[in-house]
Amino acid sequence: MAILILTLLALIFGIALGYFAIRFRVEGDPVVEQIDALLPQTQCAQCGFPGCRPYAEAIATQNAEINQCPPGGDDGIKAIADLLGREVVPLNPDNGTANDNLRMVAVINEETCIGCTKCVQVCPVDAIVGAAKQKHNVIDEYCTGCELCIPPLCPVEDCIQMQPVEVTISNWKWSLPVQPNKESVA
Amino acid sequence: MSDNNPIVLTSSPFIQSSCSVSSVMRTVIYALLPGILLYIGLFGWSVLVNILITVVGAMFFEWLMLLLRNRPVRIYLFDGSAILTAVLLSLAIPPLAPWWLLILGSFFSIVVAKHLYGGIGYNTFNPAMAAYAVLLISFPLEMSMWSMPVDEAKYLLSFTESVQYALFQVLPQNIKFDALTSATVLDHIRTEVSSGKPLDNLGVSSILGYVAGQGFEWVNLGFLTGGLWLIYKKIISWHIPLAVLAALAVSSLISYAINPSVYVNPFIHLLGGASILGAFFIATDPVTASTTPLGRIIYGLGIGFLTFAIRSWGGYPDGIAFAVLLMGMATPLIDYYTVPNAYGERV
Amino acid sequence: MKKLWTFKGGLKLPGFKKISNPASVNKIPIPDNIILPLRQHIGEPAEPIVDVGDQVYKGQPVAISKSLISASVHASTSGIVTDIGKYTIPHQSGVSEMCIVIKTDQKDQWHPNIESNLDPDNLDTEELCARIREAGIVGLGGAVFPSAVKLKATRQIDTLIINGAECEPYITCDDALMQNRADDVVQGILLLRRLLNPAECIIAIEDNKPQAIDALQVSIKKFKEKGIGSVAAIDVIPIPTIFPTGGEKQLIKVLTGKEVPRNGLPYEVGVICLNVGTSAAIRNAIYEGIPLVSRYVTVTGVMVQRPANFEVLIGTPVQDVIKAAGGEKSDRYEIIMGGPMMGQLLPHQQIPVVKATNCILVQDIKSENEANVMPCIRCGSCASACPMSLLPQQLYWYAKEKSFQKLQHYNLSDCIECGCCAVVCPSRIPLVQYFRFAKSEQREHEFKTKLSEQSRIRAQMRDFRLERIKREQQERKARRKAERLKKKAASDKASKPLADKELSAG
Repeated sequence: MAILILTLLALIFGIALGYFAIRFRVEGDPVVEQIDALLPQTQCAQCGFPGCRPYAEAIATQNAEINQCPPGGDDGIKAIADLLGREVVPLNPDNGTANDNLRMVAVINEETCIGCTKCVQVCPVDAIVGAAKQKHNVIDEYCTGCELCIPPLCPVEDCIQMQPVEVTISNWKWSLPVQPNKESVA
Repeated sequence: MSDNNPIVLTSSPFIQSSCSVSSVMRTVIYALLPGILLYIGLFGWSVLVNILITVVGAMFFEWLMLLLRNRPVRIYLFDGSAILTAVLLSLAIPPLAPWWLLILGSFFSIVVAKHLYGGIGYNTFNPAMAAYAVLLISFPLEMSMWSMPVDEAKYLLSFTESVQYALFQVLPQNIKFDALTSATVLDHIRTEVSSGKPLDNLGVSSILGYVAGQGFEWVNLGFLTGGLWLIYKKIISWHIPLAVLAALAVSSLISYAINPSVYVNPFIHLLGGASILGAFFIATDPVTASTTPLGRIIYGLGIGFLTFAIRSWGGYPDGIAFAVLLMGMATPLIDYYTVPNAYGERV
Repeated sequence: MKKLWTFKGGLKLPGFKKISNPASVNKIPIPDNIILPLRQHIGEPAEPIVDVGDQVYKGQPVAISKSLISASVHASTSGIVTDIGKYTIPHQSGVSEMCIVIKTDQKDQWHPNIESNLDPDNLDTEELCARIREAGIVGLGGAVFPSAVKLKATRQIDTLIINGAECEPYITCDDALMQNRADDVVQGILLLRRLLNPAECIIAIEDNKPQAIDALQVSIKKFKEKGIGSVAAIDVIPIPTIFPTGGEKQLIKVLTGKEVPRNGLPYEVGVICLNVGTSAAIRNAIYEGIPLVSRYVTVTGVMVQRPANFEVLIGTPVQDVIKAAGGEKSDRYEIIMGGPMMGQLLPHQQIPVVKATNCILVQDIKSENEANVMPCIRCGSCASACPMSLLPQQLYWYAKEKSFQKLQHYNLSDCIECGCCAVVCPSRIPLVQYFRFAKSEQREHEFKTKLSEQSRIRAQMRDFRLERIKREQQERKARRKAERLKKKAASDKASKPLADKELSAG
């Protein structure tokens, strides 16, 4: 009798699960979207993947560690660890160091630019404008600081380099209070 | 200074009130003095010996832990919190306790309950009460031998004799230990109730005193004075003491009205045992108590009711220590749900 | 007797007001240079309309505001423009912004266009607002919001509050203004009455300023007797001296019992609040045609020789102002612009006095030992003192961790940074600095989130574009190949029947 009831239950649940799997199917993997939302979108490829989305997919399929992203820094690692329930590991120093300071943007020196369009083509967010043999220019608001456009890609010396964004009242940050007796405030 | 260099400076406000952690702790210790002096006057020198030994022990362990944890010793050692914990613990332990009990208590409170949980400001449980609970459960015999009040005692130990007893467990010749000890009023009531005797017959007696235990009622009034002074000085807020005493009073009143032979009258609950000390000095320990106004009231009500419950139905004569520890566990939850409305939020 | 409400929190602070003697106001010599930042107000900076080398006169507009929320800047004395460039502005960060530097000629000549108007009653409200805007008047209580924008009320105003509370210790410039120029203040209020037509008009003064209360009451009586402003009375209401009653939100609660809704303006509860100094400046602009070129500044503190109130030209370097007060007592000092509770530490003395400067406080440097910070003992004193009913303790924990969601839950953005919590903290924790840190981190986090969202979309668009290009290339190739094949087949067919015919022929 018990076997019959259990078999019946198993059948019912199996049908129900199968139905729900088809009826409420979710396209794509939502975890990837969530991880992608936590990444800084610099598209710099420092993690070894060609962009932030591929890296997110790799994390989701356990093909990559969560500590490969320097622009995300320790805060980013912690956020991904919280999301996925994984352990927080320190940032992998082989990929570069996290930049806690001012935002860096690429700046083109228009006098030395030869108009080769190499940087225009490589920029992952189309932040550089310019046509062949014309002077190129970086649009500050779009630049993510990925550093793909600077030499060795740019063939000219002293043409394109990373510079910190100017500090103004609207982006100046207060610092954490520093203890005068040098003890960290517990 | 160049024009384009953002310079990081310290922030306003540029004035400071004179109140500091050590001044707060000091004020609380002063507030305990009336009660302590009455205690010494009514029960003898042993209390003072207790306090001294516990304080010395606590300071030693505090110094040791600060060294081990690499904290600036001078600032933290004299902030008064270790001394306050030691004083409260020693008031909770019977006066005739041996020295090793006191040192064990101070070890547990300072090292385990305070520093192993993170030090001042981070401890989850009230250190004095945690140590008291450990001692009570581990050494029930030593922890129940309270002194007789001076008037009743057949012999009063002098200061040196008290020290001698505490350190060496040696009493003066011909004095038996039993002659010095007696039960507290709550102990007495517990034994009477468990043996089935109705409580109506307890009138003014040597143990009961006028209202709530001879000797102890005065001591508790001393603590009440100190506690009210603390509220006046704005060191503690009125929410917790009022809530604790109100919950205790209401629950004991209702139960007394229902069945006076089993339940004790409210005065004994309020003035007997450690209710006043607990309401004003222990439950108000800032680190473990709730911080929002409504949260404090809930916290206090919980302690009051739990104390009544443990005293009436639990296995221990005085429940306030356990009540404080239990409600301390609920503090983060209480705080989360009682956030007050900010300005402009209600519109 | 007007009914007063109370607000939760606040502190009674020692005043230190007598040392700067508000009964009299002194003048200071014209400085050698004046530095006029182009942004001395909330909103967009003004744009310069003069060039280096131009001769300017006192009261001449040197920078005009183009956007709505902005204010013009005027030359506060006559001289030659020597530079338009970046100079350090009075902000805690020490950043620099565009300023116009004028080398003064010590003649203090007014611009010929400045003329007084003895009959402002003929001006309608539009014209009044326009003149207030042209005069570059902003809120002189410290918030420097452009007054012309504030006064464009489109709903019925129940209460006009003129804020003479001045709740911060040490500052007495408003007190000095009320005692010495009460008539100007009242005339300004009468103009505002006409502009806004409020149901009631209150001047709020803390009760530690009895002379100012008297002076204003005498002046109001004088005007009433002359028959001017016989429309309903202006009430002078003394309010209890608690910091920060002078804060707009708290003052409105005390006087009307209403709370300004979160993220809202006082205007939404039918209240408009202006500083007494702003009122006097409006009067000067309308009656005498004078734009905002000077203001009263209190120079005080334990490290200054002769604390006093001065009438200071906007743009005067702080060094000249302190010199006029006798200089510093020794080398160990720090300069604060504003009061001890909410002021900003200035990095050096070449920073100019701007429209927001109500006080220059010269204090002793905090010694190292005084600032030992202990861990938080969760005493809750901070929450009892907070005038916005926040929980500074919780904000402190979450600010350290940068948990932005929790900070939002505990309403960090409502914090007015008054400093009450940090003053009462027994552990001496610099709470306000933690909150400022958290707010700036939050701002940066929001900016980064927006930037990364934008980058993601742009990267995606780029990927689509590259793919589309590749696809189109392939399609083109395929098409061309197909065409080539078709042509080849057609030409084969054309030549094939001939071959067949030849075959059949042959």
